[in-house]
Amino acid sequence: MEYLFSLEFLYLIASITYILGLKMLGHPETAKRGNLIAAAGMTLAILGTLFLYQGTVSPLIYSLIAIAIIIGTIIGWMIAKKVPMTKMPELVSLFNGMGGASAALIGLIEFEHYSGQTLSVLTILGGVIIGSISFSGSMIAWGKLNGTIKKPLRLPRYNILNNLILIGLLLFAIIMVWSNTESQVYLYVLFFGALAYGILFVLPIGGADMPVVISLLNSFTGLAAALGGFLYGNMVMLTGGILVGSAGTILTFAMCKAMNRSLFNVIFGGFGETDLNASEGESAKITGNIKKATVSDVAILMNYS
Amino acid sequence: MNELIDFFSVNIDMVYIVILMIFVGVEVIGHVPAVLHTPLMSGANAIHGVVIIGAILVMLGADPENKLALSLGFVAVILGTLNVVGGFVVTDRMLEMFKKKR
Repeated sequence: MEYLFSLEFLYLIASITYILGLKMLGHPETAKRGNLIAAAGMTLAILGTLFLYQGTVSPLIYSLIAIAIIIGTIIGWMIAKKVPMTKMPELVSLFNGMGGASAALIGLIEFEHYSGQTLSVLTILGGVIIGSISFSGSMIAWGKLNGTIKKPLRLPRYNILNNLILIGLLLFAIIMVWSNTESQVYLYVLFFGALAYGILFVLPIGGADMPVVISLLNSFTGLAAALGGFLYGNMVMLTGGILVGSAGTILTFAMCKAMNRSLFNVIFGGFGETDLNASEGESAKITGNIKKATVSDVAILMNYS
Repeated sequence: MNELIDFFSVNIDMVYIVILMIFVGVEVIGHVPAVLHTPLMSGANAIHGVVIIGAILVMLGADPENKLALSLGFVAVILGTLNVVGGFVVTDRMLEMFKKKR
């Protein structure tokens, strides 16, 4: 009981560091410290989970986890340090995709352990769908930003097609929950369907809008992490995930606003069509782009230029 | 339906956390200058790396005989670590740009 209490306490501290870190990231002077505080909280939570786990675990599993963490740390560190400054946004997309894939894999493994428990299965399937969309979407965004995927590819009537696929995926998941299926085949169909949707969702969107898309997928991954927290009753995953989910959504809207566009426009309007729509409004006389700047925007730009 | 009501009554604390956290997230991001949007996105990206805790829990609870679960879990831990480590390091490098020149 004592051990459990201290692990819960570590999770509480970690959750507080996430909130503090995110808050401090919002001001130029404190941003760097905020990032380090959140990183320290994360390290604490990971170490706590490893060393304060109750129950017998075979040494094989412990060494596998240790190897995986070491591999991940080395690769992640090297990629993040080596890449030039101008390529940062695509790295964010890459790492976001990794997190989404991790969430989807957790769902794939846990599915068989929770069959019959409606709500747990619902959270697992939710995690698989959201995690996979986030993974494949982020990979496409990454490819678009580093120039591998050049032209926005648009299937005919892609908006209707994409929405139909999404509705189909959700219905399929609901039927899976309803019928209490234990079939792994259905699970993998759902997994690959969600991967395909993520690709089709991001492909038609132009490269200039990618930061908004990455921010949106970022909040998706947060949601997937939070669903994992629900499944295990794990507070740090729940708080961290929901925090990123809601902050990411607001950030997505803020980024759209900074570009003078609506989120709907970014996702459903191709770039060429946007201009046509804009000229139909009553403010048709104004041409060109206007970017509104607030006082704090200007002050910060001047300060760091 | 009954299961849903049961869930709410048993896990009411989690429901509270979700609702309050949504408001905290909105509050924390409000009125951030546009230059900080990208670092903020990157920082949030690193924080949702908490999925790694889920991946570790999967591994810790896995049956050592279940090779498929073990290998998928192994990959999940690697990917989660990439998200955490890469995310924080990238954010840190991005913020180098905001260092004051003296």
